Amino acid sequence: MWEALKRLYHRMGSPKWFYEISTRWLPWFAIPAGLCLIVGTVWGLAFAPADYQQGNSFRIIYIHVPAALLAQSAFAMMAMAGAVFLIWRMKMAAWVAASIAPIGASFCFLALITGAIWGKPTWGTWWVWDARLTSMLLLLFLYFGVMALQQAMDTEDNSAKAGAILSLVGLVNIPIIKYSVDWWNTLHQPATLTLTEKPAMATEMLIPLLIMIAGFYLLFATLVFLRTRNKILWHERKKSWVNKLIQTPAGRS
Amino acid sequence: MYFDNFADFLAMGKHGFYVWLCYGITAVVIVVNIIAPMLQRKKLIEQQARLQRREKNNAS
Amino acid sequence: MSLVTATIKRDLVIAARNPGEWLNPLMFFLMVLALFPLAVDPDPNFLAKIAAGVVWVAALLSTLLSLDSLFKADVEDGTLEQWLASGESLYAMALGKAFTHWCISGLPLTIVAPLLALMMNLPENAYSALFFSLLLGTPILSLLGAVGAALTAGVRSGGLLLSLVILPLYTPILIFGASAVYHAGIEMEYLGQLGFLASFLCMAMTLTPFAVAGALKLNLSR
Repeated sequence: MWEALKRLYHRMGSPKWFYEISTRWLPWFAIPAGLCLIVGTVWGLAFAPADYQQGNSFRIIYIHVPAALLAQSAFAMMAMAGAVFLIWRMKMAAWVAASIAPIGASFCFLALITGAIWGKPTWGTWWVWDARLTSMLLLLFLYFGVMALQQAMDTEDNSAKAGAILSLVGLVNIPIIKYSVDWWNTLHQPATLTLTEKPAMATEMLIPLLIMIAGFYLLFATLVFLRTRNKILWHERKKSWVNKLIQTPAGRS
Repeated sequence: MYFDNFADFLAMGKHGFYVWLCYGITAVVIVVNIIAPMLQRKKLIEQQARLQRREKNNAS
Repeated sequence: MSLVTATIKRDLVIAARNPGEWLNPLMFFLMVLALFPLAVDPDPNFLAKIAAGVVWVAALLSTLLSLDSLFKADVEDGTLEQWLASGESLYAMALGKAFTHWCISGLPLTIVAPLLALMMNLPENAYSALFFSLLLGTPILSLLGAVGAALTAGVRSGGLLLSLVILPLYTPILIFGASAVYHAGIEMEYLGQLGFLASFLCMAMTLTPFAVAGALKLNLSR
């Protein structure tokens, strides 16, 4: 088992291997992602019952919660990839981390904007300094910082390392930020109605949510594959396997 | 189906604007996230193919 | 004398010879404080209400101002290479650097802030809270800031990037620091907040030097 894992890890370090395996894996992520998103959206929008307090605006939960979850775990994944790059100098990890950053940031943005739009019918204003929204906003700033650093240095290697260090520092900080924002929020008597906190969600509401969460994660994997493959092509463009690939019509599509 | 008719479905009980705005923005963000790397990939491959052709021409 | 203490001494001597280095952030602090009554409302009751937050925000911004130059000179003139070649642990060096930064930015600020808080009509019983929260909080600002300063030392327009990178990390300190002062002002218990600041300080002291050391090494390969 351990040996197999180690072999997998070493193979992952090879851009060529990753490129080839991801060509085969891509549809296995993309198609279920599309299916989950379509089924979840239709179910959530048309079939799930409305919330007794919030009415139909509650249907925003099917985007807001998966996006927020994903934005947070994407940051952790980015930091982990960064750590692998820092410790074992594995270039693939740096490319994966650089691919995750803009995707994570866009999901973070989605969580924020859907939270704000949801706030309008629920609280009457577009923005309330609610604990979750505030910590999401800070997470977005952290993403921006990492993305800025990933492009700031003069060599690509250094930029990747700088981004990795900041994402690790950010990873340690995120729980602290989250905790302190929660604490600050209870202090200042927030809006009594929190968007997503339900004592117990009805099953017919919960199932589409779980489907959407699965769909978002699968979509995330697909997007990371797409971006990482581009990075591989760019960095390995002088290698013969890329040149051969470009000459075949299958490799181009 | 939770709604009685299609008009009700669109109206979402007075919250239609907010719900559809959210889903619309999400669709746009997702589509951009899919299209952008695909376009980039196309550009990369075209660039590299052009470079290859030029090198071949220079060699011959 | 070890390299670390020598560097601390050198930096302090330099700061003593160029008073601007530690006076400018203080001036900035004073000016930011002066902007709030001008921009919002000079009514003493209103100022008393926002004083805790305003003083803390101003302190945070003025520490940020002096961070940019923390490692710049050492990276540019090759001192950094000398540190690495000397075999001295970068961890200790990072701690030393953060300490000097605190001595020339956080410490004067901690001493002056209660005086300036008078202008903001801070409630009387909040002064000790202000002093102690700044005493515990500003070293964390220096330590976390050192990470950002080390990361951006080699970047040409690093100042703006530095603020972008570091400000989100500062929020927990701002929250607990400002809330300690605010709670002291309305005669409530504030030891809990100070306790949090103290634990953050311990964490920052043990963890950030690793990040600083790692980030400093990035500036070598250039």
